[in-house]
Amino acid sequence: MVMHVTDQSFDEEIINSDIPALVDFWAEWCGPCRMVGPVIDELANEYAGKVKIAKVNVDDNRQIPARFGIRNIPTMILFKNGQPVQTIIGARPKEELAKELDKLL
Amino acid sequence: MEADIIKRDLIIVGAGPAGLTAGLYVARAKLDVLLLEKLAPGGQVLLTDMVENYPGFPEGISGFELIDRIKQQAEKFGLEILANEVTSLSLSPEKKLVTTSNRQYMAKAIILACGAFARKLGIEGEELLTGKGVSYCATCDGPFYRNLDVAVIGGGDTAVQEAIFLAKFANRVYLIHRRDKLRATKILQDRAMAEKKIEFIWDTVPVRIIGEESVEAVELRNVRTDNLFQLPVQGVFVFIGYTPNSNIVKNILCLDKNGFIETDNDMQTSEPGVFAAGDIRSKLLRQISTAVGEGATAAFAAERYLDSL
Repeated sequence: MVMHVTDQSFDEEIINSDIPALVDFWAEWCGPCRMVGPVIDELANEYAGKVKIAKVNVDDNRQIPARFGIRNIPTMILFKNGQPVQTIIGARPKEELAKELDKLL
Repeated sequence: MEADIIKRDLIIVGAGPAGLTAGLYVARAKLDVLLLEKLAPGGQVLLTDMVENYPGFPEGISGFELIDRIKQQAEKFGLEILANEVTSLSLSPEKKLVTTSNRQYMAKAIILACGAFARKLGIEGEELLTGKGVSYCATCDGPFYRNLDVAVIGGGDTAVQEAIFLAKFANRVYLIHRRDKLRATKILQDRAMAEKKIEFIWDTVPVRIIGEESVEAVELRNVRTDNLFQLPVQGVFVFIGYTPNSNIVKNILCLDKNGFIETDNDMQTSEPGVFAAGDIRSKLLRQISTAVGEGATAAFAAERYLDSL
């Protein structure tokens, strides 16, 4: 299951996470976010327990997107040991994202 | 390996308006068809906030809702859509092989509806600052530019429509166009001219995007005087046309000089049994209404081709 993180829960869930994480920054009104949405959901199931797959709604949460300088969505940031290690801008096919997730393991 | 190849009569590549419409027609005609799409259905329609010129929706319709409706309609007739990215094609009259990132398919006929993506400027700073102020999607990124100044590059329908959209958020929108008049349709021109936040900069091209952490300015050149000047902006939105997703057929099919697939009036490409529809095709007008028409024609032509085998 995809985890929905907020400005309040971000540090606890992502920065302090024991396992690597992928955070998808998205919004209702963003078409390409909707194209990548189902891909993120599938990855969440396939990487359950290995990589935390999370979403941040940029409308409801302003602080975290600002902290990471998000200016485009969808943007996906990969975290390892609480550090952002890679930023992917724009919708990508599942296999491409899976390859990046495998590098984190 | 041969046993692992999945066989279908027809494979459609791409689930935008053209591919989905082709799929709707052939699924309704009970053909053995599979549609492959690298992401979820949609395509460039999803970059549009409101579609105003697709017939049947006098109030306009959002790109997402339109695609969702077309998809539902196609699935109602039994169209199978699979999320799988096509990585290569091998085409011959006897055998058409479609390779994806994890599987191989064989088809008797293929419809290519892979679409196009926004063309890049190809200037200094563009690549580096993509995601840091350089954008190709106003509906995605516009809300991040509340009360900031942005530049829009281009003068066609998309550029002007997106400039109007951006004016909802931005403090000021500079529309930078290489000519002294817009190519966009009159109704859009009138709306843009009436929008106080939009300022036109004519006869001008961008030469460099400046910024360290994020976009700080764009360097411009007046094409008449050759004068160089810098315009301080926090965002640069690029709408200067499209690049087709035709890499997989680059050395296989006849393409025009910009890489769009050449077809005849029946959507037949240079390879028998391979058809193209929508934005990937070499043509005059790239619209949802033309894409769906071509999808239908390609479907009918593919069906006729399969009957002839």
